[in-house]
Amino acid sequence: MSLTPQEEAEIRRRQKSRALVMALLLGGFVILMYAISIAKML
Amino acid sequence: MASKAYSVANPAAADWRDFLALTKPRVLSLVVFTGLCGLLAAPQSVNPVLGFTAVLCIALGAAAAGALNQWYEADIDALMKRTAGRPLPAGRMDRQSALHFGVGLGVFSVILMGLALNLLAAAILAVSILFYVVVYTIWLKRRTPQNIVIGGAAGAFPALIGWAAATGRVDMLPVLLFSTVFLWTPPHFWALALYINSDYARAGVPMLPAVVGQRATRIQIMLYTVPMAIAAIAPWPLGLTGAIYGVGASLLSGLFLLLALRVGFSHVAEQAKMKSERQLFAFSILYLFLIFGLVVADKVIA
Repeated sequence: MSLTPQEEAEIRRRQKSRALVMALLLGGFVILMYAISIAKML
Repeated sequence: MASKAYSVANPAAADWRDFLALTKPRVLSLVVFTGLCGLLAAPQSVNPVLGFTAVLCIALGAAAAGALNQWYEADIDALMKRTAGRPLPAGRMDRQSALHFGVGLGVFSVILMGLALNLLAAAILAVSILFYVVVYTIWLKRRTPQNIVIGGAAGAFPALIGWAAATGRVDMLPVLLFSTVFLWTPPHFWALALYINSDYARAGVPMLPAVVGQRATRIQIMLYTVPMAIAAIAPWPLGLTGAIYGVGASLLSGLFLLLALRVGFSHVAEQAKMKSERQLFAFSILYLFLIFGLVVADKVIA
């Protein structure tokens, strides 16, 4: 499948936004795991 | 949405909003609310972080079920106006991405629930996801006009999971709350099905009014409302809740029953003139929120 430059750019833009959302979710998960560990010790 | 500009059926092309749309965010609000109420109504109080985690797991489990439902139903979603714009039928995502997303999210939610809360809550969460995807979506939805009754059971699980997360047990009160949501779903949904023109028939899904007609649907609405009201009021005489819940639930259920009887005995055939059906549908949503709100209020105040 050959993509036009606009399609290529659009796909890259979506990949970038997906990667950003994934990074935020992973960051949130790390914080949640930390909070759960503390809560379990109480 | 910008992602509609190109319909490239390529996993790399799906926007993160498409993944969010797979989870059916609007359905999640009810799931989160009933799950939270189940948790708060439990006799044991739970650490706020763990309580948050439990509700998060319930929401993620429901999101996984929604995604797997859309993965399986892409063919019929494409045939209906309401659902044709979803990521899969619109060609913004490939089916495999939806399957991986749904399975991954489901497994993650069950494991997190098991590690952070307890195994019983994790087990019920796993059963609820499998029930919605396998029993409802794959097995019964396209085979029986009672499909929505089975779907209602899937929607009834969150309260049970919330309670189990807090207590590690399943008691009579959450079972009655489960029964209330389970029996509430058919009158709630069929009231809507009476007055909207759905294209379920075109997609080959047997929805009750299209299969058995309006008259029989109206009778079924009344038949389900009676045990629903009994299940909703029962916690009071059984001593599981106090008078705040008991009086509130009795009044609300009485009103629900009246509206259902009006729909049951109505002979209006023209959808545009179905006022009592619209009222029943609108009230049914308020009813569920108030019943669950009352369970928590009763526990907090008493």
